[in-house]
Amino acid sequence: MADGAAPARDPNAGPLLSVRDIARSFDVSRPWLARMLEGQPRLLLKAVDGVSFDIPRGETLSLVGESGCGKSTVARLVVGLYRPSRGTINFDGVNVTALRTRAALKPVRRRFQMIFQDPYASLNPRWRVRDIIAEPIRAHRLMKDNQEIGRRVDELLRLVRLSPADGEKYPHEFSGGQRQRISIARALSSNPDFLVCDEPTSALDVSVQAQILNLMKDLQRELGLTYLFISHNLAVVFHISDRVGVMYLGRIVELADVKALFASPQHPYTRLLLDAIPDLEMSGRGRTPVAGEVPNPLDPPTGCAFHPRCPWANERCRRETPVMKPVPGGASSSGTVAACHAVEEGRIGPGPTQK
Amino acid sequence: MSAPATRANRPLLDVRNLHVEFPTRRGRLVAVDDVSFHIDAGEVLGVVGESGAGKSLTGAAIIGLLEPPGRIAGGEVLLDGKRIDNLPAEQLRRIRGRQIGAVFQDPLTSLDPLFTVGQQLTETITTHLDLSESEARNRAIELLREVGIPGAERRIDHYPHQFSGGMRQRVVIALALCAQPRLIIADEPTTALDVSIQAQIITLLKRLCRDHGAAVMLVTHDMGVIAETADRVAVMYAGRIAEIGPVADVIQRPRHPYTVGLMGSIPKLDRAVPRLVQIEGSMPRLNAIPTGCAFNPRCPKVFERCRIERPELFPVGGSAAACWLHATTLAEAARG
Amino acid sequence: MAEATEFSARQGVATPPPGVLKRAFDSDVFYSFRHSPITMLAAAITLLGFIGAIFAPWLATQNPFDLRTLNLMDASLPPAWIEGGEAKYLFGTDNQGRDVFSTILYGSRVSLLVGVGSVLLALVLGVGLGLLSGYVGGTIDAFIMRVADVQLSFPAILIALLIDGITRAILPREAHDAAAVYVLILSIGASGWVQYARTVRGSTMVEKNKEYVQAARVIGLHPVAIMLRHVLPNVMGPVLVIATIHLAVAIITEATLSFLGVGVPPTQPSLGTLIRIGNNFLFSGEWWITVFPGAALVIMVLAVNLLGDWLRDALNPKLR
Repeated sequence: MADGAAPARDPNAGPLLSVRDIARSFDVSRPWLARMLEGQPRLLLKAVDGVSFDIPRGETLSLVGESGCGKSTVARLVVGLYRPSRGTINFDGVNVTALRTRAALKPVRRRFQMIFQDPYASLNPRWRVRDIIAEPIRAHRLMKDNQEIGRRVDELLRLVRLSPADGEKYPHEFSGGQRQRISIARALSSNPDFLVCDEPTSALDVSVQAQILNLMKDLQRELGLTYLFISHNLAVVFHISDRVGVMYLGRIVELADVKALFASPQHPYTRLLLDAIPDLEMSGRGRTPVAGEVPNPLDPPTGCAFHPRCPWANERCRRETPVMKPVPGGASSSGTVAACHAVEEGRIGPGPTQK
Repeated sequence: MSAPATRANRPLLDVRNLHVEFPTRRGRLVAVDDVSFHIDAGEVLGVVGESGAGKSLTGAAIIGLLEPPGRIAGGEVLLDGKRIDNLPAEQLRRIRGRQIGAVFQDPLTSLDPLFTVGQQLTETITTHLDLSESEARNRAIELLREVGIPGAERRIDHYPHQFSGGMRQRVVIALALCAQPRLIIADEPTTALDVSIQAQIITLLKRLCRDHGAAVMLVTHDMGVIAETADRVAVMYAGRIAEIGPVADVIQRPRHPYTVGLMGSIPKLDRAVPRLVQIEGSMPRLNAIPTGCAFNPRCPKVFERCRIERPELFPVGGSAAACWLHATTLAEAARG
Repeated sequence: MAEATEFSARQGVATPPPGVLKRAFDSDVFYSFRHSPITMLAAAITLLGFIGAIFAPWLATQNPFDLRTLNLMDASLPPAWIEGGEAKYLFGTDNQGRDVFSTILYGSRVSLLVGVGSVLLALVLGVGLGLLSGYVGGTIDAFIMRVADVQLSFPAILIALLIDGITRAILPREAHDAAAVYVLILSIGASGWVQYARTVRGSTMVEKNKEYVQAARVIGLHPVAIMLRHVLPNVMGPVLVIATIHLAVAIITEATLSFLGVGVPPTQPSLGTLIRIGNNFLFSGEWWITVFPGAALVIMVLAVNLLGDWLRDALNPKLR
């Protein structure tokens, strides 16, 4: 559309985003004085613990998992809202983690933006929509002339299927879906090539979710965008992604192409998740909901974090933390990496193929 | 316990022409508009719709827990043949504890953080059933075990904050089951839970309904949950029932264009589609419900009559849809 | 895509935005204002008080501090409706022949100036420190809040007396008299900032974690810009409430200080000074010299307080 400023790129260049072994802990201990008085140690919550992935240009990688698995923290690490305690993030060949000052980060910042979950909290209620959308343009001084900015805002509003007249209104005059469109327009206003989408549709009704997912797919095609998509909804992830990473307690346990993941899930946790999806086709598929819940992240199990819930767990799983390894075997799982001793040793047969 | 079976032909819950409205300074907002349905004993009725469709308010109106200034402006709610919508607050409260159990979305707000779950359970049990303190405690442990809480004897003396989200929702369900109610109203019972826990709770609800022969009204926005749990489903749109029928009919052969769109807009795992079916626009706000069929501005099959006249529910196939497209079947039936 | 745009237009999304006045009139806050007679009365009284103070030179029948306009023959006259009173001296005169009504107008001028001035000072100081404290957090937050705790353990009057005492010691007498009003503003303002700072810090910590602030951070906005443009407008609601109630407190504090004799000098008296001067004549039967300024003070403060109470309820979404 208006992406005249995009520089010519070598299509064979590496992935747009490359994340290597990032980790982030949060200090959740009580205040210093209380801790000293009661003789408690510091409490560190390992929200993300060694996550690596690549996203090629124009593709969508989704991170999926249950609450507390660290997927939203990864999103915030990638856009720089948090600083990683370890690891590197490379964006288009630039090591972003090495850039310490705001000024150094600014040129990179223009190129990635974020869409948030709650359409009611992500827009400043006191600003007109027009000013909300123009904020990245003004912050990065991409345009000087107010008329020019106005035209660009109109264009962005049309791009997200709103009308230019909507720019004069305030966020509270819009429904959740319309607000999410405004969020997307704001994210697109600085001509980014990369969007981090943190549960962008989980606060929306299904019919509105369909509108937003369709819009995001259209925009990806029209503008050549790359997405990092965070969601807990597997059906949504199946619809929008090229590759999927399944997270459990701060780590990726399986990373695969979307078709491979849903056709032959490898990691027991992935199998559990797929099995837990309510069955809309009413095939009468009997299911055995896996017992147990996500353990307390402050006190994760030893070895493989999933072993207390895993039907295939053995002594090695309780002792040794598995690392990501390519899954051996059939063509269907080519490109799949999983962190599971049972899969590696071939103790689990090929996954129950989803219809 | 199995009294309802003897009066099988009378539905346990019968809602007739229910209206709920909110008086505001800019006029009355009609949030539930002429809604009628019934639930038999042992049956799960799913009520599905998007936010603002009036599904939760319908549930709240039935149990008499509408937040003021909302009020029932018309219609009748009959529980086992007796009207309960016009009862004085005190009597309704007793029925609510004894015959109707409620499960809400957020398990934290349904439990009192200052009391152990055992105290809350035994109190509810002794209020409604003629049991001694120790009998009530035993029954409470039994209930906790029934909803699948491991180590119930120990867990009964724990406070709500010591339970995880999924376990808390189980406690709430146990609380709803205390007095062996004949109707359970569950409002988004799985929405706040993770998928793996959600599946456990759905299985639990289904089993309890089967074992106790209770009627369940399951309010949710999630078609998947409905498909797994409900026997019949009512699809609500802008305060009215758009379509109601057996769950397999509604999901596999939706008749109302809104249901068709709704089903198409859900991403599915069995086939990859480049685009989801999209219903343009959004549900009207309560102060701007269109004349005629409320869905007409968004309907791909709209015609003149839809803009003027409001359709009633017409029988079509095994279900009924409030859509003029299906009025013909009625006319044909009359002719034939 | 054109279709979709047309669609939103058909839904009425494209109607021109209503004007600011129309929106203000339609708002819930204004609605609750129109439906509360006491609030409207309080607002009218407050407005009258401000008009009286601002336009005192044009409204007063004489300038009570211009000795040439005074007539000692008219000294100690009772109010107009009492025998011996004169029509041109509505509330009577004091022992120097000054019209009590005029002194009230001029006196409320000083009182309101000190009140508004000290509220503004406390507001700017408190909101600024509160924003900084809540947004930056860490050591800065701990430091500011400890200072606030210490400050709170001194009564406002004590702080005001302290500042007044220091300036008295430093400045010569004439200079101190001239600067008295500003010293008062400084002392009352400096003792009032804590409440603003604490409130703003709390709301800032809530707003800071909202996604619109995170969005601004992702965009790369400077932290100061985020604080001023994003957070500040969203934490100002409670501040308005505090400011209104603080205005009443400030007026009272000023009156108290002036009554104690450490406020403004008698050459430019405030309501508090007037009450103190009048107090001396209470036992000689000339009650009007002190009662009318006192009544003016009570009514003004009551009206402002009522306004503050209403504002607090109207801006609180939970009570709506």
